[in-house]
Amino acid sequence: MAAGKGMDRRDFLSRLTAGAAAAAVGGVVWGGFVTEGRSASLVLRPPGALPERDFLGKCIRCGICVEACPYDTLSLAGPGTDAPTGTPHLIPRDVPCYLCADIPCTAECPTGALEISLVSNDGGRTLDVNKTRIGLAVMDYENCIAAWGLRCDACYRACPLIDKAITIEHTRNERTGRHAVLLPKVHADVCTGCGLCERACVVEKAAIFVLPLDVALGRVGNNYVKGWEEGDESRIDGTTGPADEMDSDPLDYLNSGDLDDD
Amino acid sequence: MMTSLRDHRYLIARRLVQTAVMVLLIGGNLWGWTVLRGNLSSSIVLGAVPLADPFAVLQLLAAGGLLATDVLIGAAITLVFYALIGGRVFCAWVCPMNAVTDLANRLGRRLGAETGSRQVFGRTARYFILAMALVLSAILGVAAFEAISPIGMLQRGLVFGMGAGWLAVTAVFLFDLLIQRNGFCGHVCPLGAFYALVGRTALLRVDHDHEKCTECMDCLTVCPENQILELVGQASGSVLDGVCTNCGRCIEVCPDAALSFSHRKHAMSLESGGS
Repeated sequence: MAAGKGMDRRDFLSRLTAGAAAAAVGGVVWGGFVTEGRSASLVLRPPGALPERDFLGKCIRCGICVEACPYDTLSLAGPGTDAPTGTPHLIPRDVPCYLCADIPCTAECPTGALEISLVSNDGGRTLDVNKTRIGLAVMDYENCIAAWGLRCDACYRACPLIDKAITIEHTRNERTGRHAVLLPKVHADVCTGCGLCERACVVEKAAIFVLPLDVALGRVGNNYVKGWEEGDESRIDGTTGPADEMDSDPLDYLNSGDLDDD
Repeated sequence: MMTSLRDHRYLIARRLVQTAVMVLLIGGNLWGWTVLRGNLSSSIVLGAVPLADPFAVLQLLAAGGLLATDVLIGAAITLVFYALIGGRVFCAWVCPMNAVTDLANRLGRRLGAETGSRQVFGRTARYFILAMALVLSAILGVAAFEAISPIGMLQRGLVFGMGAGWLAVTAVFLFDLLIQRNGFCGHVCPLGAFYALVGRTALLRVDHDHEKCTECMDCLTVCPENQILELVGQASGSVLDGVCTNCGRCIEVCPDAALSFSHRKHAMSLESGGS
């Protein structure tokens, strides 16, 4: 009886260990798979999408935004593609976002992964599709034929915010010495990332293309402030740095030592 | 012909329901039908009533998302229906993976007892996988099972395009056929485990009449969760375990009409203290 009980305990412990090991291995593989899918950073989300991490924490992968889109712009990522499986995305070179005034994709999202207040004024009362930030159109001037000096303004003409999101800059054509170069220029504060420019670009692989904002943009940090722009200084409110950790006021520190009056 | 139809009445009804749900969802995407839009994760009925997968919503809540009310209401409606009335009917009557694993099991029985007889996972493994899905969701900030779910890939694939999702579905099929009988739906799937927990309180039950039973055990052969039919040949009463999917196969194959759908009753001759 005692031996039998001992066997039971041994059996129980070995089962417990095996179970824990299986759970650990399974959890690591499972978690690794999910993390890998999440790290795809070049995915473009529908209008009104929360920042990528928050978006993935809310999207239930139901496809209602895909069905709501009248232009078939959106699709759900299939397994084995770059985007996490079943999440909505767009590929502007195939079908760009036409910026519907009623923004049906965002309006119909049941979970809030697409957040209506991000694309409206007064906290959601009046829709403003121009607040859409799918990404930012980025220029490759090496392969832009307008930058070569040829006559092309396809992206500029295609832009729904023409003369605001894309402007034409006139510069001198140094090669010929007597012509102008009409250079398209993207303005990040206005660009919605709709991708109509990318769709319109005439070269084989678009020389203007939409990238997610966190990929396309740098970050200045807290060391520089636009003193000439009202409100920019509020950006560094509440930040801390070495000066906050000093015992004395920075001015006292500068005025101490050699230059002290006797 | 008529007896064959009668012997498969629930099977046929289940396939009709499963097909109808998927066709309505596909129509919602391809042809703009408004009866049912979305997919099995979350949908809208007639443009008014939201429905949602409560397990997917639970994962999102674990992931830390403050969800909009639409999907919460949808999940609550689904949850209340299964908890009060249907039990684990999602698995047998709605989930399209059910047709895949049923086919694997049917083929497996033809191939003989040897194929698919390995016991890789125990019957309780699914509850650990369910718990792990919630823990991983909380750690990673993503609905962890939704990210890898073969059911999700199948049902989304049917509505929105399959892509490489066939691989996952084929893997489930081969696992059930060659490695472990009823392996996916009966041992692994955390969604099934979730509905098994939810369905414990439901009204719809399979009822066993001990007086009529001749102990042929056909029901145990055909039941995908046959560990719960222990009252067959023992006592009259309801199958009260939430793991029962109410698929009705046992009722169809019973030559003695000893099994039937009924509302819940407590086992009469078994000594059972409470539910």
